[in-house]
Amino acid sequence: MTPDVIFDQLIGAGRVSKLTFSWGGNPGVGSLHRFRDAVENAWPRAIEIEEHSHAGMAARYSAGASGLPFGTLRGYRGTDLLQFAENVRLIDCPFTGQKLAAVRAINPDVSIVHAQRADREGNVQIWGIIGIQKEAILSAKVAIATVEEIVDRLEPVPGAVVLPAWVMSAVACVPNGAHPSFAMGYSHRDNDFYRDWDRISSDRAAFEQWIERHVIGTPDHSAFLDSISMTASGGRSGI
Amino acid sequence: MASDGKPTADDVMIVNAARALGDLARVGRATCFVGIGLPSTAANLARKLYDPAPVLIYESGCIGSKPTRLPLSIGDGELGDTADAVVSVPEIFTYWLQAGRIDVGFLGGAQLDRLGNINSTVIGSYHAPKTRLPGAGGAPEIAAAAGRVVVVMRQTRRAFVERCDFRTSVGFGDGPGDRETLGLTGGGTGLVITDLGILEPDPGTCELVMTCLHPGVSREQCLDNTGWALRFADDLGCTMQATDEELEMLHRVRSGVAS
Repeated sequence: MTPDVIFDQLIGAGRVSKLTFSWGGNPGVGSLHRFRDAVENAWPRAIEIEEHSHAGMAARYSAGASGLPFGTLRGYRGTDLLQFAENVRLIDCPFTGQKLAAVRAINPDVSIVHAQRADREGNVQIWGIIGIQKEAILSAKVAIATVEEIVDRLEPVPGAVVLPAWVMSAVACVPNGAHPSFAMGYSHRDNDFYRDWDRISSDRAAFEQWIERHVIGTPDHSAFLDSISMTASGGRSGI
Repeated sequence: MASDGKPTADDVMIVNAARALGDLARVGRATCFVGIGLPSTAANLARKLYDPAPVLIYESGCIGSKPTRLPLSIGDGELGDTADAVVSVPEIFTYWLQAGRIDVGFLGGAQLDRLGNINSTVIGSYHAPKTRLPGAGGAPEIAAAAGRVVVVMRQTRRAFVERCDFRTSVGFGDGPGDRETLGLTGGGTGLVITDLGILEPDPGTCELVMTCLHPGVSREQCLDNTGWALRFADDLGCTMQATDEELEMLHRVRSGVAS
């Protein structure tokens, strides 16, 4: 739905051939420069885009999670999205005759979500602003969760969603794995990173240096976080 | 505020947008679906200034958020921590927005046309855009289903265009009757608040017409900053000066000290 700075890195590194999305920006900051450069200038390669609204994407994931071929919503009509979006058709309600949009189900080959914790059986517990993570997992062929910690017993939390171990393909403990986003109760949103990303990503050479040093040049997530860690003066080292 | 203590054009725009939400809340139309940026600033100002306060709803699923500082994204933890309820994204768009439970949709955009349609997708052609914008997000269905849409945007010739390069969200489509034909259940673009004044749709033609100017703004300024042959209402009004109380609270909301 909302590819943000992580997808911008993948796009800039030339690892994306097609993007299906509904909002491609740097939240609270502005543009995703690598995404724009790919769409506007085909750098480092041309990417195909398939574009929807949030409500349309939510209906697509819900249909995928429900095992249905399509979802329905009152949407798209009158917009230019309808003209360009594959996987959207207008249909007539069989009961009332209302014209509705049908959107093709999404069943990702792989979905990866980040959650607060899992127990040793692999049951995953997630709370706070849960977004569309439940649907992303239940619609996927392979479902992976990274978690802040693995515990002996999942204590109940108000409003929490539990994804039972038997719908998960794999669970991995990756502290601060949502970075630069956050996991409620465990980490804070790294707002400076989103702001810094605007500067790093707006220049091709600066981006290439950054990704070489901090992503390709680090063996794992923890080393990545160390490599971009704050200096004592409050500024970031290395970016 | 500008350094001389006078409100900037943006301050005046945000204060007037907050007043519009306050007026709607007073007549019982309080539930407001809010985008990040100018709409969120104005909505949070309205929440601090008015009783009854608007109920702020964010597309991440946060209902009744009362943030103590302005959120940087719709997924900001502050919105969830201070909400009356947090629901999933599929739920916010279906049970809440699509079902007609939202009174006011509060939107911005890159282009707005004379019939209140909004572009937040591309400037130029779709396949070879001059500027690729972030895209639709929640806006199309907010514009379709909210009881009325309030747009807050800076008025410039580039932004206020005869026809949007891309129609991301429908205001009045191609003219009167289009919303009904398209089956759009909400009321459409009811109010546009800019840094120059206020536009409202003509009840007969649906064309956006300047109905109010902010203090010190001339008709010529509006004409110079609008890309269509802008009309003015016969009873063209003037908005009230922003008060010290409004400006002080705006400052507090922006600096995150409003509790």
